[in-house]
Amino acid sequence: MATYKLELKLNGEKLSAQVLAHENLLSVMRNKLGAKEVKNGCNKGDCGACAVLLDGKAVNACLTLALQANGKEVTTVKGIGTEDQPHPLQESFVRHGAIQCGFCTPGMIVSSKALLDTIPNPDRRQIREGISGNLCRCTGYNKIVEAIEDAALKRKS
Amino acid sequence: MKKDPKDQLSNYEYQFIGKPVPRHDAWDKVFGRTKYADDFDMPGMLFGKVLRSSYPAAKILSIDTSGAEKMPGVAAVLTAKDVPNNETVTRFGQTHQVGGFEGLYRVLADKKVRFMGEAVALVAAETEEIAEEALARIKVEYEQLPGVFDPLEAMNPDAYQVGEGDSNIICNYQVRKGDVKEGFSRSHVVVENTYRVPFVEHAFLEPESGIAWIDDSEIITIRVSTQVIEHFRDVADVLGIPHNKVRVIAPMVGGGFGSKEDITVETFLALLTWKTGKPVKMTWTREGSIISSSKRHPYVMKYKTGATRDGKLMAMEAQLISDAGAHVYLSPWVLLYSTVDATGPYDIPNVKVDSYTVLTNNTFTSANRGFGAPQVCFAYESQMDELARRLSLSPLEIRKRNYLRKGDALATGRVLEYGVETEKTAIKALEALGEPSMPSSPTEKIGQGLASGMMSYGRMTFLHDTSRSYVGIELDGSVTVRCGVQDIGGGQASSLASIAAEILGVPMEEIKVFIGDTALTPIAGTTTATRMLYMSGNATLKAATEVKKSLLPKAAEMLEASPEDLVFRDKKVFVRGAPARAIPLADVVKACAADGVQLYNVAQFNAPFRELIDFKTGQGQVFPDFTFGSHAVEVAVDTETGKVRVLKLVACYDVGQAINPLSAEGQIEGGALYGLGYALTEEVILDKGITLTPSFSEYLVPTSVDAPHVKTIMLESRDGAGPFGAKGIGEPSCNSIAPAVANAVANAIGARILDLPLTPEKILRSLQKL
Repeated sequence: MATYKLELKLNGEKLSAQVLAHENLLSVMRNKLGAKEVKNGCNKGDCGACAVLLDGKAVNACLTLALQANGKEVTTVKGIGTEDQPHPLQESFVRHGAIQCGFCTPGMIVSSKALLDTIPNPDRRQIREGISGNLCRCTGYNKIVEAIEDAALKRKS
Repeated sequence: MKKDPKDQLSNYEYQFIGKPVPRHDAWDKVFGRTKYADDFDMPGMLFGKVLRSSYPAAKILSIDTSGAEKMPGVAAVLTAKDVPNNETVTRFGQTHQVGGFEGLYRVLADKKVRFMGEAVALVAAETEEIAEEALARIKVEYEQLPGVFDPLEAMNPDAYQVGEGDSNIICNYQVRKGDVKEGFSRSHVVVENTYRVPFVEHAFLEPESGIAWIDDSEIITIRVSTQVIEHFRDVADVLGIPHNKVRVIAPMVGGGFGSKEDITVETFLALLTWKTGKPVKMTWTREGSIISSSKRHPYVMKYKTGATRDGKLMAMEAQLISDAGAHVYLSPWVLLYSTVDATGPYDIPNVKVDSYTVLTNNTFTSANRGFGAPQVCFAYESQMDELARRLSLSPLEIRKRNYLRKGDALATGRVLEYGVETEKTAIKALEALGEPSMPSSPTEKIGQGLASGMMSYGRMTFLHDTSRSYVGIELDGSVTVRCGVQDIGGGQASSLASIAAEILGVPMEEIKVFIGDTALTPIAGTTTATRMLYMSGNATLKAATEVKKSLLPKAAEMLEASPEDLVFRDKKVFVRGAPARAIPLADVVKACAADGVQLYNVAQFNAPFRELIDFKTGQGQVFPDFTFGSHAVEVAVDTETGKVRVLKLVACYDVGQAINPLSAEGQIEGGALYGLGYALTEEVILDKGITLTPSFSEYLVPTSVDAPHVKTIMLESRDGAGPFGAKGIGEPSCNSIAPAVANAVANAIGARILDLPLTPEKILRSLQKL
């Protein structure tokens, strides 16, 4: 099958890979670009575990063809913050105990970041809507909502 | 922390225990560094895939694998005949009506398939695509059989036989206490209902996954998402090799909820790597997972409950029938939990329980958070509200008149020797719920509901459960814990760090906990049965205390003080009352090392050991202890659409002692939502054995917008069997939510729905609008 050259920026780093026309971004991220932090929970857009920012907009990587990301900037949880420079959301998730098994966390942080980039001071209803595409089976969402709310406040101050 | 000051005992001054400290695994998770099972690759690895049965009940006439084997890139195609020991049988016990009962585990279907999704053949290939194509080229000739899909039908003597035996009934238990006839004759009201609860999917976010390889000393090594690394024994038995030639490693698990308690990919991976000599990875798709993994047992529960005019329970008679699906797995034990819990947290003088678990050609059922407790809780708590209604008592009042208290005995004769604070949890939950809200539209009705529950923590005492933990102190004063726990997200590993930190006075971040490796960590048992804090927490507490003891004489000598006056804190050893007299802990450790003092300890904790109970009367001790609590909810029911909105949800459970309140609250909140899905939306629908809900588009777990804010009230009686008086909370936390919702809906619309989930259709039907 014919392959095509995909070029993108992943967390600020220029990368390229040979991909098939029908390959989704999730598969390419995990298997060709080493971005294992992007999780595969359902591979059909139901769970949000593979959420990434594509030019700043949150998308499910499983519903995005890899070639749709050509020439674009992809940001995962690793690009949002690191140990040296954690994003307020990451600190807040840890401090509030918003993490249990952690499998939804990378996608959840990506969606939260996208939310705060659009609505810097969301109320609880807006927070819940902002992460409604991300399933979490462990936490009951309470602590996640509180963590996002708190991160928004911290960012403001 | 949301704690009631009245529940705090001021003489407990802990530095780490009870403090909301960030979990030690949280930072890795938030930076995307945690490597789950599927995140691990090896050079030259193959991809494994499973061919699953096309029918729920059929004879396998022939399997032709030649087409698949011929494909370039295919390294192995295996069927039952290639498995050295394709069957293992666990003998569970003997029940008097049914006789001996046993669990058959078959790696690959042989001659007969019992459910849709049963594994028939395995493929390992160089790419996933080749493996997928190879599956399509395996030709299986089936002869379809009628099958049986209703457990009540399956109980008939002339029903289709799911297995090879002469009855589909796996086992039955009985509880007998007093005389129910007499009890009902002395009752002023008797309520009789039949309740039904559905199949439930665990819906962890991480599908089943693992990778296996043969290491340089010929050990079959499997890195797998599991709740039970001790399946290394089963894997070795399947391969016919010594147990110590198989190593199982459990990385952080992306949720388990019981479904990763049974073997998932382990034996498949071991067989494929053993056959090919190459590393093999296998990860199930979400659809594959839902179709082929275990489910929560559906039950049909007939309940008859009688009470006097003033609301005192006089008698309870229950018949429980659970659908075990196509294979036994843990069904007998799940049923035993239901049987012991059937009467709930109530003192009832006359009790008769008869329970059965039955094979069908549905997807097999096994452990699911709550392990048989939530099913009966839905029934007995619905009954309590019906009695209250008939007697014009409040739901709280009738419960208060019947709650078991510390020192009382269950219907099985077991005396409750640890804290029982059910009444307090119910009062607090209702208080926090407050006054009913106003309806937001003329078609909306508001209702409030209460339910209490009890569930054990720790495994059944006749299993003689044990756990071990290693605690060692390094020359720089940092601490190493090695304990074979599987961390499935509840903070199982981090709580061990809290315990070691408390005893040795070393900050959390200087404690490293190594977990889940049968080669390197002492075996700690399963992360199931809400047992890990109780068992491995106690083992770690014991080991850390021993390490401290071994350091004390030298420290006392160095500080010229008596050992009992020493305090370990902030990596220093102090003299009590004289904080200036302190030396670094590392100096003590170095001095001890120079003297040849042992700087580590491996401790074992044993749960109480009891013998198998009498299955004819149910009398005896089955569990170490129970966790008690209540849920209160407020719902708004739209009488035009049948839609239920949960406006308020309060969860109040006695956790004994929260080791880390963030984690304990997290369990209570997560458990509440797990139970809320059970109440309102979750149902695996099977049509003659075929799953109609194989994805999260059809199987609806609550999202953030479906979920109310859960108000958590944590009581700490400090009266549990765990470390520092802790009780277990992981599973009990989801127990009483579904009946609380059902009671709230009944309160709102004046009609009781006896089947979960409470869908709009059922609500409209009960309002006679459908």
